Amino acid sequence: MSLHIAFTHSFGKASVEMEADLGPGVTAFFGPSGAGKSTALNVIAGLLRPKSGRVTFGDRVLFDSASGVHVPPSKRRIGMVFQEARLFPHMTVERNLTYGAPNKDGVPDMAALLGLEGLLTRQPATLSGGEAQRVALGRALLSKPDILLMDEPLSALDQARKEELLPYFERLRDQSNLPIIYVSHAMDEVARLADRMLLMEQGRVIANGPVDRIFAGEGLDQRHSRKLASTIFAAKVTGHAPEDHLTELRFGATPLWIPGVVGTLGQEMRLRIDARDVMLMTTKPEGTSALNILPVTITEIRPGPSTGALVALDHDGSPLMARITKRSVRNLNLQVGDHVFAMVKSMSVARDG
Amino acid sequence: MILGAAEWAIVGLSLKIALWAVILSLPFAIWIATILARRDFRGKGALNILVHLPLVLPPVVTGYVLLVLFGRTGPLGQALDWALGVSLAFRWTGAALAAAIMAFPLMVRAIRLAVEAVDPKLEDAAATLGASRLRVFLTITLPLSLPGIAAGFVLGFAKALGEFGATITFVSNIPGQTQTIPTAIYAFLQVPGQEGAATRLILFSVAISALALILSEALSARMRRKVQG
Repeated sequence: MSLHIAFTHSFGKASVEMEADLGPGVTAFFGPSGAGKSTALNVIAGLLRPKSGRVTFGDRVLFDSASGVHVPPSKRRIGMVFQEARLFPHMTVERNLTYGAPNKDGVPDMAALLGLEGLLTRQPATLSGGEAQRVALGRALLSKPDILLMDEPLSALDQARKEELLPYFERLRDQSNLPIIYVSHAMDEVARLADRMLLMEQGRVIANGPVDRIFAGEGLDQRHSRKLASTIFAAKVTGHAPEDHLTELRFGATPLWIPGVVGTLGQEMRLRIDARDVMLMTTKPEGTSALNILPVTITEIRPGPSTGALVALDHDGSPLMARITKRSVRNLNLQVGDHVFAMVKSMSVARDG
Repeated sequence: MILGAAEWAIVGLSLKIALWAVILSLPFAIWIATILARRDFRGKGALNILVHLPLVLPPVVTGYVLLVLFGRTGPLGQALDWALGVSLAFRWTGAALAAAIMAFPLMVRAIRLAVEAVDPKLEDAAATLGASRLRVFLTITLPLSLPGIAAGFVLGFAKALGEFGATITFVSNIPGQTQTIPTAIYAFLQVPGQEGAATRLILFSVAISALALILSEALSARMRRKVQG
């Protein structure tokens, strides 16, 4: 699949102008509120008709202002999960699920996949926020869309409900070939779920590329790379320490400890380490409370315009980012090629279940 | 309370006229209310005014306009007679038309409020699930606005039952033909010695109106519970 989207639209003084080609997998539209992320989704879904532009999916033209084509949302085969579940309040969960489906055949499998077995006869008003959002996801999937749009599906939920839903989203990503566009302003959600991301701000696309590259600052100006800078990587679970509530992962040759007993042995997990949570030392520290100390080689030092500098590191072939002050770079006399030690606070590892 | 045979006939005719008036105009009221609530088009303001005119015009004026348009020599009256063999002037059918026109703005207002209260986001969600505009209307908008539609129906029925000015101007006050409860009460009050019949009809119409209101409240509450789950 390939989705091409190019449009301009304005709301009063604010305008959104974007052009992007999106491929398979999970693409995140990431940026602050008002960046134009939801506008872009509504244009793709056909719920908003932009001033001008062109949207195509494969060889189907969905919108073209030049030739006056505007395929209505009902004919686009684009599923959407909204911030609020938007379940139909006068229908049971089962009737909500089958609303866009040709028949009821898919319901048992979907109910099993999303853990909805006990809810089918319930009315939406009796569901919790997380349950309602799972029903909304099932309803969108049962309409057999060609592409799924998710518009901040977790932002209306509390942390516990988010943790409850994320594994379902990950399963969906891993078990289906459905292209997904995931709108979010939460960095950890993007890091956990997305393969690629579009960084948006004030109605413009600032960067578009693989998630790990963008979090590493590729193609970003100082201001954005400072905000985002972090390392995204996959690591295997190699052990558990239940008595200390820790899980051991293998990152290169070195064990890395993350909080909680998570995953199963051998399972691969995606992690994000914020560059601000990585400290550098020229000698191996003794007597520290930090659990994770990694030998690294400095591959690049990027001084910022003000206090900080971004230091790119290599640990046994894997990249790692650290954000430290320029003064520290000078005091420690750090140079590209130096062998130093990176200390990562355990608690700062954003885990991916 | 016992009514005489003549009075029962008046009540029966009134109920027939009012029911036909609201049943036949309800689909149009839903249609007009929905496009006023959901669509933007040129002439929307004019349509809104036209629908509401009977509410603000003196009923006698509305009745006279109906007489001019639908009378035996009126353009629409002649067309109806020629095409369908239906005559409205001085017939109970004309009384139903007058009642419908007078009740229409009240029905449209109640239904429009109900349609506007349906979250358009639900309609958007239904559209992304592949539902056509008609299906969205029939499965989402209509069921969710049912309490308001029921309220509009009862309100329109009460208005149709009590309609006086337009009815008496358009179809006069012919016993057995066009004499409804209000026009009969008026006629009884013109003649000394008929106060008893007038009082019985007055009490009866109070009872019908109260019953209609109680019914509509109960119906509305039940539907609201069902809709909100």
